[in-house]
Parts: sequence; structure tokens; C-alpha cells
Amino acid sequence: MSARAAITGMGILAPNGIGNEAYWRATLTGRCGIAEITRFDASGYPSRLAGVINDFDPASYVPSRLIAQTDLWSQFALAATAMALDDAGVDPASVPEFTLGVVTASSSAGNEFGQREIQKLWSRGPQFVGAYQSIAWFYAASTGQISIRHGARGACCVLVSEQASGLDALGQARRAIRSEAQVVVSGGTEAPLSPYALVCQLASGQLSDSADPERCFLPFDASARGHVPGEGGAILIVEDAAAAAARGARIYAEILGYAAGFDPWPGSAHSPSLARTISVALADAGITPRDVDVVFADAAAVPALDRSEAAAIETVFGPHAVPVTAPKTMVGRLYAGGAPLDVAAAVLAIRDGVIPPTSGVGELADGCRIDLVRGVTRPARLRTALVIARGFGGFNAALLVRAAD
Amino acid sequence: MRAFTLDDLSKIMRQAGGGASELNAESASISFDDLGYDSLAVLEIAARIQEDFTVRLSDDIVERLATPNDAVSVVNELLAGGAR
Amino acid sequence: MITGIGVTAPGGVGTKAFWDLLTAGRTATRPISLFDATGFRSRIAAECDFVAEHAGLSVAEQARLDRVSQFAVACMREAMADSSLDFGAPPPERIGVVMGSAVGCTMRLEEQYVRVSDSGRNWLADATKGSPALYEYLVPSSIAAEVARRCGAAGPVTLISTGCTSGIDAIGHAAQLISEGSADVMIAGAADAPISPITSACFDAIKATSPNNDDPRHASRPFDNRRDGFVLAEGAAVLVLEEAEAARRRGADIYGEIRGFAARANAFHMTGLRPDGREMAEAIAVAMGRARVNADDIGYVNAHGSGTRQNDRHETSAVKRSLGGHAYRVPMSSIKSMVGHSLGAIGAIEIAACALVLRHQAIPPTANLEVPDPECDLDYVPLTARELGVDVVLSVASGFGGFQSAMILARPAAARR
Repeated sequence: MSARAAITGMGILAPNGIGNEAYWRATLTGRCGIAEITRFDASGYPSRLAGVINDFDPASYVPSRLIAQTDLWSQFALAATAMALDDAGVDPASVPEFTLGVVTASSSAGNEFGQREIQKLWSRGPQFVGAYQSIAWFYAASTGQISIRHGARGACCVLVSEQASGLDALGQARRAIRSEAQVVVSGGTEAPLSPYALVCQLASGQLSDSADPERCFLPFDASARGHVPGEGGAILIVEDAAAAAARGARIYAEILGYAAGFDPWPGSAHSPSLARTISVALADAGITPRDVDVVFADAAAVPALDRSEAAAIETVFGPHAVPVTAPKTMVGRLYAGGAPLDVAAAVLAIRDGVIPPTSGVGELADGCRIDLVRGVTRPARLRTALVIARGFGGFNAALLVRAAD
Repeated sequence: MRAFTLDDLSKIMRQAGGGASELNAESASISFDDLGYDSLAVLEIAARIQEDFTVRLSDDIVERLATPNDAVSVVNELLAGGAR
Repeated sequence: MITGIGVTAPGGVGTKAFWDLLTAGRTATRPISLFDATGFRSRIAAECDFVAEHAGLSVAEQARLDRVSQFAVACMREAMADSSLDFGAPPPERIGVVMGSAVGCTMRLEEQYVRVSDSGRNWLADATKGSPALYEYLVPSSIAAEVARRCGAAGPVTLISTGCTSGIDAIGHAAQLISEGSADVMIAGAADAPISPITSACFDAIKATSPNNDDPRHASRPFDNRRDGFVLAEGAAVLVLEEAEAARRRGADIYGEIRGFAARANAFHMTGLRPDGREMAEAIAVAMGRARVNADDIGYVNAHGSGTRQNDRHETSAVKRSLGGHAYRVPMSSIKSMVGHSLGAIGAIEIAACALVLRHQAIPPTANLEVPDPECDLDYVPLTARELGVDVVLSVASGFGGFQSAMILARPAAARR
């Protein structure tokens, strides 16, 4: 019998709230964390809005010597990890050696730190690149720093599948629990708001050019015109359920099922794979579509992608058959932090019996036959949630969480 | 070109590797390692000194930087010699 | 089961050229030619003489794909052909891809940075000057996507980026997906093309790479007492992995089986290593346990052997800790002495080498090893390749962030002595 993977702690850093309860209160009241980018002068760019975390003081969470050698992305990860471990009541020193792992999602990594260093290289010369570039920019930096800070010598990993990374990381955390780990620090964060990273995102053609923070990111809406980027994310503590119960931990939910798939090349003969990925995840969980109480959508806000996601949901569940929501409309797409934040929101929704709203969306686009929870929260008895995530380039993943019994 | 002082070094150390306290006569003779600045931090400190004070700290010289006092005297030697 | 191999390595295109280089003990390290390295501390690299047209890449593909993705696709094609598997036969959702890469599309990212920032003059990058593929360069999962699209995979596809253990970790992850039943065929490997100013500069800054610019051919000297850092390299390797029963049923030519894999971390320092090698030893021990092999079953150790002073000492301790007395009997060599250190890619290249060791029953040497280090006193197979009956191979890897990984491969049962 495989060990079961329980979520026992969470640390949320979101554009509309730092900390679990701050985020959740803001989300339930529909408070939007999207604003004009002020970290640099973004007025010259066609997309100037983002989910920005104001008032994040790294020094409150991270020692100054680590601040010097890390990008904001890793500072988010370290802060969220500290919050999550505290929330879980886990003392890393008391976890048996080699059974504490760190498995995070990554996407654009330490891009602002990297831009500063590469600017020094090209404007002044190679000798001006600092000693920390070798450890601050690369995709594994956050996992490495978390491992060192908390003495985690167990299995560590970093998964990159753009916005699907977070579910892949949590799926891998569950795998680790089943084979060798007692506790895994998982989830992910993102800090994609350096000028160069923004320019890279603009090239994707998926950024919204709207100037209205309340109506810029409208998944499934007839006026959908792309997403806005956001920073932050969530770190989740995934623990062997039996060990968690033995220490009297509060168990938020269990990771019940997970699956990943890949969409074929545009124009290929094969059909999109999201519906199948969801079905495989349900089978993995040992449940049927009827058992799912709410769906947290990937919500790309690109018309073709919205139709494709809605079609997949309809294929699996039937039209308008299950409540669907996308609270990410209030914070943006957080890439490596996005799916973990959705899982955290799903967990809180289950805890409180309330579905957070999708903000800003009005009339649904043709072909989107989904019951999208809009405007205000919807109370509901929630036991099982499905979280969907798709990564740029064709990646898709589905993960199911269920309330602890 | 003005001399390189313990204050200058202190500021660079804070930028390069964090740490709150000002250097004084006593702490300036403690090794970087004991002050909590690992090998990467020392390399970073050396890089910033090079940048801000237009001196060149070769591999050999960096290896001689055991304490803040060492760093101050080595850099001032180089500045006095007009080294770049 | 490993049923197909594709390699793009310094010193020669394709798997055969790679194996020839290794058995000849030739080195492919030379002065950097991919960019003007004047003013850099280390001006040596192991570069691939890669001709995109010969690798079957169209003009459009060459324009859009970073060099790292071109390597990945070229290796994928070679591995698929080598496996003789009809990739149209399994249902697409049972085919998956795991690629590894430490620094992703760093060459294009840097090249494009120069254009959009006007060579670093502007902090505010100019969005009108960048390539339409810029986002694909920023997020390295594009490497896995390019492979997946071309091999028809609709199953699990991801990129693992754990620094210098990315390659071994990606292959370990792929093997795990097969054994848990999530896929029947996995394209698994890694690629890195980091020979560009920013990567060279960042290793210069921490003095990790060899500054032996006057003697590039001998600069990578793992375990040698004169070693002074690693030589930056580029390259890729891709394997076709198949579920064991399916491979046997179709009569696949099997190189070897991935019998055990384990990953641990030292939680000590992002770049530093303690000399005792505890956590690497733990990864080795766990991998051996999963493979159900004892120390004296291991016939060859493929070392991480990067050629830094600290690594080679750390690794020697780890091998002694985990293999006990047998550490002194088992031959252990580092192919980084010949093909340099291609960061995330090298782990996969080394697993490919291990599979070739099992196939050809010969082990590559550690090139340039002439002056022994008293602290590194094992049999590192200096200079000359050795014919040797080998049934079980151990490969180890170590990387920034403190990651330590180990994998055990074994000859297919039928072929064993």
C-alpha cells in the first residue's frame, strides 16, 4: 500500500496578500493585486500591468548574507518556505536525516539578478560579473538555498514545464513520499518582472495589452485578450500522511491523484490531450468525475486555449456540470508559482466550504460551456478539488486534492 | 586617489555578503571566515573592490585576503603603486 | 531498459565518434572558438563540431532553436533510429520525454540580450528588437517541448534543471515514470550549450574553471595533483528507455538496464563540498540498495571527476565510504578529462558512456592523469582505455546547490558472464 501524501503546511506570497490568511481574505473579497509595474519604467511596453507584491521585505524572512546572493525569486521561496514550515509545525531538525526533500517548480528563475550581471558583463567587461551569478540565476537556485537553509538532505529536484511546473513538482513530491521521503518542501515561486523577462514574455504573444487592472485578465470571457504576469507563489509542505497523523499534525488535504500529458504540435493529426490527462488523474485518484466538487482552471485567457480547456472540462464532466473558478484573475499568472498557489487556494476553499470567485469576467465566450463562478464567492460543500495547469509549449497537468477525513 | 578605508570595506562587505555591524579595530583582525563570509563572499568582496576602486586583485592577491585588515593594507599598497 | 543512444559530444559527431574518442583517450578541449574570449580568465572549452544541416535540422529550425535544442533534437533522432522502435506503434500518451539542462537556452538568451539592451547600455530592454522565440529561450522547458513534438509524445513531458546533476536526474526520473506505469517509452537525456560570455564569466568569477590557457588539450585533469579546475563544455545525450517486458517482446537490442537511482543533497553550501563525501556516499548506497547489488558487484565507476581540487577529493572519499575496500579494486574514470564538463548535459553523456561500456566491455580512461594526488589514491584508469568484462556500472554526479546523485546500470541478464 503506497504511502499517502498529505499537505500539512502552506506559505503563500501573492500580489493581493502576503501570508495564507491575508491572501485568502483578499481573494474572497475579490481584491485585485494587479497594478501598473513600478519597479522599472514600463510605460514604453505594450503590456504594463502585473500582479506585483508590494511591501515584501526580504529582510524579515531571510538573513542579509542570503539576500546578497539570491534573486528576489529565491527570496520569495525562502520566505514562503519559512512560513510553510511554521504553518505545518515541522522542525526540519527533527525530520530523520535524508528524509527531508525539496522539490520545486521553476520557470524564469533568477532573471533580474541575471540581467544585472549580464549588463555588467556587456557594458563593462567580464571581470565585473560577480561571484554570486553562478549560484543566483540558475533554475535550481531556490531548491539549493532552501535545502541548505533547512538542512534538507533528502531527494531534491527542480521541474520546469512553465505554468504546469507546479503540479509536476507536487506530483514528484508525492512520488518522493511514496519511496523515500517523510517530508517534502514543494510548490514554487516566480519573480518574472525584470525588463528583460518582460520583453521575453511579450514575445510569447500571450500577454494582455489592457490598461485596466480589473478587466485585463479575463479567462473564458468573450473579450479575453491574454494574461498578465504575476510574482509570488506558494510553498507547500507535503508529508507522509501516517507520520503526520502520528505527530498530531493538522492535515489540510491529501494529494489524491496526479497526471501529466503533452499536447501535439499545432496542425498534427492527434487531438489535444487535456481531457485525457484529467481522466488519468481521476483514475489515479480512484474517483469519478462526479466526485469532483470544484475545478481550479488553468485559465490562459487566450481564446483558443480557453475554448480548448472548456472543451476538455466539458468532455470529462459534462457541460456546466461542475463549478469552475480562476482566482488567478486577481493576481496574474505566476508561472512556477501559479499552480502551487491554485492548489493552496483549493485547499483553503475545501477548508472553508467556499469557492473563490473569478474576478472581472462577464459574458462567457462561445463554446465555453462551463459553470464559471464569477463576481462573488459561492458557498459549497467541498471535499475534492481538481487543479489544472498548462505550460507554454504544450505541457498540461492535473492534480486532485481531497479533504483529510 | 584617496586611500581605501575600513569604512569603505565595511560598506562593500555589507553589499557583498550581508552582515550588519560596522568593522572596528577588533573585528578587522578576525578572519573573513570567522566573521561569516565564505569563499564566495570573499570573491564577491574582491570583485566589488576592483569595481569601485579601480584596482586589479589577481588570484594570488585574493588568496592573501584572510582578514579585513589584510584587505585594507593590500588594496592601499596597490593604490599607492598606481596598479590597475 | 536502454534501447537507443544518441550523443553530440566534443571531439566527433554521433555515438560512434564519441566512443572512439573515449577509447582512444583523446581530449577534445581546445581554445574557445564560439566567442572571442579575450579578457576572460579561462579561455578553454570542449566544443562540439556540430553541423546543423548534417543533423537534419532545417533552416527554419536552425533559426528558431537555440543550439541546446538543436543538440537535443539531433541526439533524439540518433537515439530513435538506434532503437529501431516504431514510434508510431505505442499510443502517444504512453510515450513521454524528460530532458535535463542546467542553463537552458543561455546562448540565445545572451545574444538576444545584447540586441534588446544595446549591448548592456539600457536597463529597459527594447521589446521591438527581440526574436519572436525569446520566451522559449527564457523558459528551458522549450527544450523538452521541441523533443516531444518530434517524437510524437503525448505522455508526461518535463524538463529537470538541477544544475550539474540535471542529466543523471532526468534519466533517473524517466526510468521512474516507466517503472510506476506512467509511460512505456521515454525519451530521456540532457543538453547544455553554455559556451558563451556570461557563463564563462560566472565561472571565472569563482575561479572554478581551469586557467591553463597555454595547454588547452591537457587542461582537464581530474584526480591529477596539478588539476586546477574544470573545462567548460557543451553537448547532449539522449536515450530511448523502454519498459522491460515490451523491450524484450519486440526483440530490442538492449544496452543495459537502469537498476537503481538515488538523489540526495549535502545541504552545506551552494558550491562548496566537505571533504568527507557523506551525502554522495548515501546516494550511492541507496542506489545500490535499489539495484540489489553489493559493492563488489560493481565493475566500473564512472566518476563525476570534474577536475576541481575539491570535487575529486570529495568524490574519492564518497566512493571509499560507500564501497569500502572494493573502492581500491574497482576502476574509476572521468570522461570529463576528454569531453570537459557540460554542466547538466554531462550526466546524460556519462550514462550513455556507461551503456556503451556495458555493450563494448571496455572502460574509458582518465586522460591527462600523470601526477597522482596522494589524497586521490584509487585506480582512475590513467591515460589508456581498458578492455574489461563489466556487468554492473555505477555513475555519480555532483552539482551546485549541493545535489549528489548516483545511478546503477547493469548488463541485460542474457548477456552476462
